[in-house]
Amino acid sequence: MREKEIAKLKDYKYGFATDIESIKAPKGLNKEIIKFISEAKKEPKWMLDWRMKAYERLKNLKEPNWQKPKYPKIDYQDIYYYSAPKSVSEKPKNLDELDPKLLETYKKLGIPLQEQQRLNGIAVDAVFDSVSVATTFKDKLNDVGVIFCSISEAIQKHPGLVKKYIGSVIPLTDHYFATLNSAVFTDGSFVYIPPGVKCPMELSTYFRINASQTGQFERTLIIADKGSYVSYLEGCTAPMRDENQLHAANVELVALDDAEIKYSTVQNWYPGDKDGKGGIYNFVTKRGLCKGVNSKISWTQVETGSAITWKYPSCVLKGDNSSGEFYSIAITNNHQKADTGTKMIHLGKNTKSKIISKGISAGFSDMTYRGLVDISLKAKNSRNYTQCDSLLMGNKCGAHTVPYIKNKNSESNIAHEATTSKISEDQLHYCQQRGLNPEEAVGLIVNGFCKEVLQQLPMEFAVEAQKLVGISLEGSVG
Amino acid sequence: MLKIKNLKADIENKSILKNFNLEIKPGEVHAIMGPNGSGKSTLSNILSGKKGYDVSGEVLFENKSLFDLETEERAHKGIFLAFQYPLEIPGVNTNIFLKTSLNAIRKARGEKELDAIEFLKLVKLKAQNLKFDEEKLNRQLNVGFSGGEKKKNEILQMSILNPKLSILDETDSGLDIDALKIVADGVNSLRKKDNSFLIITHYQRLLDYIKPDYVHVLMEGKIIKSGGPELALELEKKGYENFN
Repeated sequence: MREKEIAKLKDYKYGFATDIESIKAPKGLNKEIIKFISEAKKEPKWMLDWRMKAYERLKNLKEPNWQKPKYPKIDYQDIYYYSAPKSVSEKPKNLDELDPKLLETYKKLGIPLQEQQRLNGIAVDAVFDSVSVATTFKDKLNDVGVIFCSISEAIQKHPGLVKKYIGSVIPLTDHYFATLNSAVFTDGSFVYIPPGVKCPMELSTYFRINASQTGQFERTLIIADKGSYVSYLEGCTAPMRDENQLHAANVELVALDDAEIKYSTVQNWYPGDKDGKGGIYNFVTKRGLCKGVNSKISWTQVETGSAITWKYPSCVLKGDNSSGEFYSIAITNNHQKADTGTKMIHLGKNTKSKIISKGISAGFSDMTYRGLVDISLKAKNSRNYTQCDSLLMGNKCGAHTVPYIKNKNSESNIAHEATTSKISEDQLHYCQQRGLNPEEAVGLIVNGFCKEVLQQLPMEFAVEAQKLVGISLEGSVG
Repeated sequence: MLKIKNLKADIENKSILKNFNLEIKPGEVHAIMGPNGSGKSTLSNILSGKKGYDVSGEVLFENKSLFDLETEERAHKGIFLAFQYPLEIPGVNTNIFLKTSLNAIRKARGEKELDAIEFLKLVKLKAQNLKFDEEKLNRQLNVGFSGGEKKKNEILQMSILNPKLSILDETDSGLDIDALKIVADGVNSLRKKDNSFLIITHYQRLLDYIKPDYVHVLMEGKIIKSGGPELALELEKKGYENFN
């Protein structure tokens, strides 16, 4: 009985594929494809030029290879760079016009888009392969001047803002995957919060990869103007497939004077099967710029999916008194691999950063925390606190902590704490003696281990994340 | 309720329990006394289902072999062990742990799970009876608790779960006299015609407050003598060394 229940839970419940007719650009990476994408999105010339510049630059770049998880060579000419459901070749003006198959897909994913079933207090932008198919609560947000739309729409309707900020945090020359994304990015979200506005609801984007042999190149840009506040959450899932698919995103955040951005991720891309076949390569560049004084950016991530997760959501603390936070739970099971952490670059005076990382590895998986704390000469009186905890389950998995610390002035202070522990047999025995089965016991202990990070999530998602933490580790004991 | 026949237990080829026999009937309180290394903790480990022992013989709980049951299934059937060294579980709130535990057991028995309000009412009452600092219930399980608080927490859990058979493994060690009385009161309040107790201890002291029906002396893995409460006093006077 129990085994059956566990087997059911272990199935990746988002693993279905939607049978939908899509328009694809031919496979391959070349100027024609980039033109195709740009035309499909009716972009102005400056955007196409920008993409081309990135493409030219890409020719001189090599993929980085310093990371711990290695992967077979990716044939960039064998990927579809653009795939969109045929029915949304024009983005529907309202949901009545949206393909019922898409509505059904999001309903199945637990993200109802229909007016009457919408998640209370959460506005959703739904990105399906290469296009945004719907954005909810746009009007309500518009009333307070908040812009929440797809990046494609923003390029057409708010070119001034996009032009000013795109690439201002992650330059198009940054590194191979960031440059690749700059050349071929397809969709993602755009958020602008006007001065002094506290965004009245949670904003969220739900990324879905559906088409096979297709890469998803997400681009998200969030700008919080002076004295504003926004909390944003992204979720990700994909069908179960034997092939590896690439998700290479660029996410840029800009916080001006006294503004605050809270960015949360619940990443549950298909992790591959228990033998390590298939799954998403989640190679993502996320960076926030605390541009103004007293600004604040906080990243929270719960990374449970993907065959390989490779990302370092970072903060550049440029404004004086600005602060950056990074809260992370990364779980790897079976043959999953993760190399994740953050970079905190202190440039302004009195800047503060805090890093809380919880890594859990089970099965044959391998987990690396890699982080940089860099306090520049001018960042006087700055502080960092880092805490990296690793939890191992079984004896076939690995956990590594690689902190890089650079402190260039003597008036700043860096503290680093790290622990590695195992769930002890005695703890399990204790919980079982109190009536919990081994899976429940592990779920409880692991959730306790992750608590400081789970607490950072918006309440609506914390419960889901807690369940996800338990489910990701199903089958890892006994 | 509990019948142990010819129980042998080895760990890493070392023989710990040899030919151990014991029967506990509903409502009885048995005390097992013995020196360090006599096999007391091994007995509680085996009854609770801890892995790592080679066992033979028979242990029946309500006429069912315990060896066929997982640890949590034994808990569902009403076996409770108050640990000698209660475990710390960082990040897990004590109240949440208690509620998860109680509801896991209720669910397994086909009883209705308690909601947060019903549970808090119950836990508040039990905590007050045991003079257990309620503020501690909102702290991480056993983290930063003193030795005495940990032991009291075990008794609190026992009183919430209301088990049929409670095994107290050296619950008295490390307790001051006030805490000892509170623990004893907790046990005494659970003494009913269907609830049995197995109290494992070094000292006679606890038995001043919890009157056992039977006392057994355990030495080198065997019960060498059984008797009434007076046996504990005799043992206290003579010491284990001269007792044999």
